[in-house]
Amino acid sequence: MADSKASEHKLDLEDLEVSSGLTGRKHLLSLMVENRPGVLARVALLFSRRGFNIDTLAVGPTDDPDVSRITLTVDGAVHPIDQVTKQLHKLVNVIKIRDMEPDTTVSREMALFKVNATVESRAEIMEFSQIFRAQIVDVSRRTMTIEVTGTADKIDAFERMVRPHGLIEMARTGEVAIARARPDS
Amino acid sequence: MRAADALCEALKAEGVDHVFGIPGGASLPLYDAIYDADFAHVQVRHEQCGGHAAEGYAKASGDVGVAFATSGPGATNLITAIADAVMDSVPTVFITGQVRTDLIGTDGFQEADVTGITMPIVKHSFLVTDPKQIPHYVHAAFHIAKSGRPGPVLIDIPQDLSKEEIDYEPVDGTPRLPGYQPTTEGNIKQIRIAAKAMANARRPVIYSGGGVVNANASDELRELVRSDRFPITSTLMGLGAFPAPDEQWLGMLGMHGTRTANYAMDEADLIVAIGARFDDRITGKLSEFAPRAKFIHIDVDPAEISKNVPAHIPIVGDAGDILPKLTREYRALDTDGSRLDDWWERLHGWQEQYPLTYTDSEDSEIKPQRMVEELYRVTEGKAIVTSDVGQHQMWAAQYYHFDEPRKWLNSGGLGTMGFGLPAAIGAKVGCPDETVICLAGDGSLIMVCQEMATAAEHDLDVKVMLMNNGHFGMVRQWQELFWEERYQSVKMGHSPDWVALAQAFGWTAAMVDDKASLADAMRTTIETPGPALLDVRVTQNENCYPMIPAGAAARDMVG
Repeated sequence: MADSKASEHKLDLEDLEVSSGLTGRKHLLSLMVENRPGVLARVALLFSRRGFNIDTLAVGPTDDPDVSRITLTVDGAVHPIDQVTKQLHKLVNVIKIRDMEPDTTVSREMALFKVNATVESRAEIMEFSQIFRAQIVDVSRRTMTIEVTGTADKIDAFERMVRPHGLIEMARTGEVAIARARPDS
Repeated sequence: MRAADALCEALKAEGVDHVFGIPGGASLPLYDAIYDADFAHVQVRHEQCGGHAAEGYAKASGDVGVAFATSGPGATNLITAIADAVMDSVPTVFITGQVRTDLIGTDGFQEADVTGITMPIVKHSFLVTDPKQIPHYVHAAFHIAKSGRPGPVLIDIPQDLSKEEIDYEPVDGTPRLPGYQPTTEGNIKQIRIAAKAMANARRPVIYSGGGVVNANASDELRELVRSDRFPITSTLMGLGAFPAPDEQWLGMLGMHGTRTANYAMDEADLIVAIGARFDDRITGKLSEFAPRAKFIHIDVDPAEISKNVPAHIPIVGDAGDILPKLTREYRALDTDGSRLDDWWERLHGWQEQYPLTYTDSEDSEIKPQRMVEELYRVTEGKAIVTSDVGQHQMWAAQYYHFDEPRKWLNSGGLGTMGFGLPAAIGAKVGCPDETVICLAGDGSLIMVCQEMATAAEHDLDVKVMLMNNGHFGMVRQWQELFWEERYQSVKMGHSPDWVALAQAFGWTAAMVDDKASLADAMRTTIETPGPALLDVRVTQNENCYPMIPAGAAARDMVG
């Protein structure tokens, strides 16, 4: 009995460990926030005050008119994501935070590319736009404007394709995301 | 009723008995309501001091402190106090007048975007857009200010809205705040692991901070410390939670802490941090801080855990909830206290080798440390002591052996010079039966000396013990030690005649520069009814030791 009691006490301090805090990957955070003035400013200020960088940011309404969704991406190789989410949680207007798991998340971004489109290059641009399921939304004599939707990686890839033709302007929305439904639901 | 009257009703419902402030154009409707309100308004002489008075009130009494200011400059004068309150987690509500709704954004007279300016330094803030919301905001502000990790909350009220008629209905229950649910109960599994770790530690140290005072958990802390022969040290903000005159007490830790406390952290195998946040004044060089230790970190604010020092066993919650459970779990393990014998031998060795000490003068000169010791004796350690920031603050922490919480009020995080006098005013308002002493520095007191008028007007029995060394002493010390004695702007070249100045405000005042008459002079000052000041001339160039130079490790303490 005495032995079992002693082993119950046993905890070797050497066995205690801490996590490093850095995950080394991009994190997509989905914040449900109260829909009222100044909330975005509070979130943005918190990032600048604590020295965290926001890579992308998208804000919009949700199904509930009192609630907005802020979707942002943060580099977990640079910032301890745990510390970022805990600081965000302290904002009274932030209702819920989800650190979206890549495997169980559908994420999309939209981008508009205005590119040089000469008579010679036009066909090629249209061809790879089709491969990317991109839409041509505006055309002039020397330019085309193309709308692409997809994951951030897909948009990066599209950018690499059009850049050699002369990229005049690009606008990206930043990713929005939603958790995948479980297979049985 | 008018929204401003509803504001006062809501404040009353929150139990407010005193508020501090200065009126102005945009807050005229608020002050017209205060005219009839069931609480007293203490008119200060500068909004910053209204804010510090609210902090002093809150720190001494444990209740939420409230300060009012008008729009624009009135509100911007509050900024230092708000920043101070957020750094030291002081439950406070600041209510500012704002220009009329139609003037907002037009750079109107006395307009400043106060909610914007204060966003990084408040726990939360409300800009009123609908006057019907005012009572709700007041209750929400109090709830946020005092629950979880306490802090300042701002309510900014446009002048026109505070005049509007609204239907006021008393609000019952806790306000609905979907994004605000602080964790108070600690996870019992984590508490059990922590108890086991403590049972297996050979060189444990308990390191407590201001959070224990905020949580009113000093009895629970004492129980835990005494559940075994655990050595304990506290931060500047935590002093008094555990009684300084005690065998298990190692003294304060950090930059001007005792060698024993700092060396103990350096050699510890387990550090139990309770309501403390591993500030740079505690850790010194972070990479060399407590290199052998594992950390249990108990804090009500989850974001403090692993912010500066990674925690092996984090426990989020209120110290008042967690500490009794931890004590119970630890006691149940029935450990053998003799395992700490070697550790205590080492600690006692340091205590003998490195006691807190100074060389007293051989003539009549008053050493500043001697002044604090004398104050401790004269007040029998029972006074509420407020301080400013600098050498005198550190000497007070070292030589006034606080044995109860809420007796030591100072600005730890922000380090605000001039905190002492207004905080003393607030403390006296909150705790009228206590002896309230402001141990002031001469560099600090002159920043807020107009508040002597406030104390005189309200006949507040605050006693200023002015440690007058004619310098910004701590900056002078740093210039001496680290900047090759290139003294720049640290001498108080033209100081006022403090006795005459205090008397001009209607105070009783005296000067002392002789060691032999110091105690009597202090006693007379304390026994004189009404506000009184004692100008104590101390050694000008005394340095505060021991010291961990900024960015150095505990092992490299000097002096």
